[in-house]
Amino acid sequence: MAEDLLIVKNLKKYYPITGGVLGGEVGVVKAVDDVSFTVKSGETLGLVGESGCGKSTTGRSLLRLIEPTSGAINFDGIDVMSLSTDAMRKMRRDMQIVFQDPFASLNPRHNIEKILEEPLIVHGLGSSAERKKRVQEMLEIVGLSSYHASRYPHQFSGGQRQRIGIARALMLKPKLIVADEPVSALDVSIQSQVLNLMQDLQREFGLTYLFIAHDLSVVRHISDRVGVMYLGRIVELTTSSQLYSNPLHPYTKALLSAVPSPDPDAVRERVILQGDVPSPAKPPSGCTFHTRCPHVTEECRTVRPEFMDAGDGHFVACHLYKS
Amino acid sequence: MSHPVLQIENLQTHFFTDRGQIPAVDGVTITVQKGEVVGIVGESGCGKSVTSLSVMKLVPNPPGKIVGGSIKFKGEDLVSVDEKRMRDIRGNEIAMIFQEPMTSLNPVFTIGDQIGESVRLHTKASKKEARARAIEMLKKVGIPRAEAIVDEYPHQLSGGMRQRVMIAMAMACNPELLIADEPTTALDVTIQAQILDLMRQLNREADTAILLITHDLGVVAEMCHRVVVMYAGNVIEQGDVRTILKSPKHPYTIGLLNSLPKLEGSQERLYSIPGNVPIPGSLTVGCRFAPRCDKVSDRCRSEMPELKVVGDNHLSRCWLTE
Ligand SMILES: Nc1ncnc2c1ncn2[C@@H]1O[C@H](COP(=O)(O)OP(=O)(O)OP(=O)(O)O)[C@@H](O)[C@H]1O
Ligand SMILES: Nc1ncnc2c1ncn2[C@@H]1O[C@H](COP(=O)(O)OP(=O)(O)OP(=O)(O)O)[C@@H](O)[C@H]1O
Ligand code: SF4
Ligand code: SF4
Ligand SMILES: [Mg+2]
Ligand SMILES: [Mg+2]
Repeated sequence: MAEDLLIVKNLKKYYPITGGVLGGEVGVVKAVDDVSFTVKSGETLGLVGESGCGKSTTGRSLLRLIEPTSGAINFDGIDVMSLSTDAMRKMRRDMQIVFQDPFASLNPRHNIEKILEEPLIVHGLGSSAERKKRVQEMLEIVGLSSYHASRYPHQFSGGQRQRIGIARALMLKPKLIVADEPVSALDVSIQSQVLNLMQDLQREFGLTYLFIAHDLSVVRHISDRVGVMYLGRIVELTTSSQLYSNPLHPYTKALLSAVPSPDPDAVRERVILQGDVPSPAKPPSGCTFHTRCPHVTEECRTVRPEFMDAGDGHFVACHLYKS
Repeated sequence: MSHPVLQIENLQTHFFTDRGQIPAVDGVTITVQKGEVVGIVGESGCGKSVTSLSVMKLVPNPPGKIVGGSIKFKGEDLVSVDEKRMRDIRGNEIAMIFQEPMTSLNPVFTIGDQIGESVRLHTKASKKEARARAIEMLKKVGIPRAEAIVDEYPHQLSGGMRQRVMIAMAMACNPELLIADEPTTALDVTIQAQILDLMRQLNREADTAILLITHDLGVVAEMCHRVVVMYAGNVIEQGDVRTILKSPKHPYTIGLLNSLPKLEGSQERLYSIPGNVPIPGSLTVGCRFAPRCDKVSDRCRSEMPELKVVGDNHLSRCWLTE
């Protein structure tokens, strides 16, 4: 059994809504509302859910790029929430993030060598010659060539830029990579190149991934286990194959059935949800899915279902599965 | 008996830029029959949007220009008609929906004004009747609180609701052809399912033909009767949806399908097409896919294959499938 590299307990991130004549706080957006999960060393945990459900906020809170409102984060035995700013910066050597838009996250005025070297300089690692050598090695590892070092971000295609984003995250040999929609902006043929690269790198360097995406097929492909988020909460979490073959939560079922299949012979029961996702500034009471759930009962409207193990580590938050 | 609504023949739309002439659409032929749903798929930059904008005569000019070919809508050549006639056709006989509905909704008018306008153009209804009809259309496309939403402005609605408004407007004018350019790409899957459902309804109930542009092969499978696969400004394969998704012939289409992660089944390693799509305007001889093709031969590098019949209703542009 692999040990837990990351343990997240009761994570919350509430953003204040200001307004009124005095510009005071008039409410909160519950972007992440009591989320708990663990990531085992060497595994890929996927996080899926629709736009605004709190995936990015969760990912960024773990690295404290966003300061969580409350909760406990334990990474590799260290209590992340208690670290000073300085200690946190050092900690990030082991926790890196890759973003969706590789272009926006790369400094357009720096060439690739400078971009890749920077994390090493920040952490005071290696001599100039050693750093340059490491850049060359890393370019090869992610499938680029050493001559790319002198080029600038705008001279690369989307897929190549994402390779650079991954190379930068790998420069410090981290243990965990939070990948926030790393392939969402890419065409299918380029997407498969980057997914394969990430899997190869994981095997080679023993990396642990938290893989955030809204595309269920992509998440299914890359993840060992998957958590499904809805309105700031994880509603179901289990192994990738369990989630797809035996989804329990009504939202997961609807989500899976909504994904169009490229196989014209695929027969599936279609659950078309009515209405939009409610605003996280005014989340519904009880089970936040009750406004759209086909199985809603009176209890769902008032009592928040607990996130609990329905057997064999298959976690679900729904009143239908009370033991 | 075939009743073509739209016949695009050998369309060439080029851009004249500082970097030279870019043949964004370079000899595209697509026919859409009455009541048929035809999909155009292909990767970013292959010319899908420029093809659809050419049909609507909305290619920005300059720098863009239709330099060759014809576009016949119910027999009338749109390439040569004047702007006045085009304005009659747009949003009336041919409706459009785009990826970002904000670009086609007017921010200063209420939803009711905009749907009402479509209704009035079409039926000479009074203002009051048009408003009632607008509310009815909003309900039909599943918008809650239609009586209130009708007086709201586009920015007050979510992306999915705006796209439903666009469909309501399209339904209001009962068009012969709907051109939908990535109508669900910006939406979540559960909202996408609602929008696709509405488009299917429009197709079935009003017999509206749809030209659906998407990069999602799943959407193609669920919506289309026929598929056109584009690569670098060309049609490279075409056929009915089953043929293209189950037994494609062109190496690019095969590669694209194999690159897809599957929701069902095993997690084996994905196939990946090496390299990148060619930079638009880069000069090429021979097959445009040759630099990335695993079946490439010498002939491919020197001679461009033509789009040839390879089966029932099935065309492919590849020396191997000749
Ligand atoms: N700085 C902020 N201030 C206020 N609200 C915010 C802020 N950042 C995010 N939110 C809100 O928090 C919620 C969660 O946002 P988040 O970006 O985590 O969602 P997501 O799941 O990553 O969505 P997407 O798929 O669109 O990237 C959203 O409702 C968003 O509007
Ligand atoms: N205004 C413009 N000026 C110059 N070139 C243009 C212009 N608009 C489009 N092009 C060129 O036309 C080519 C085709 O663009 P088009 O928008 O049709 O691609 P697409 O297939 O719709 O891609 P996507 O999936 O990204 O929407 C592009 O590669 C681009 O270089
Ligand atoms: S708790 Fe009730 S409303 Fe929520 S998902 Fe379960 S059945 Fe539906
Ligand atoms: S013509 Fe040659 S290079 Fe082009 S797709 Fe066919 S086999 Fe590949
Ligand atoms: Mg996000
Ligand atoms: Mg486009």
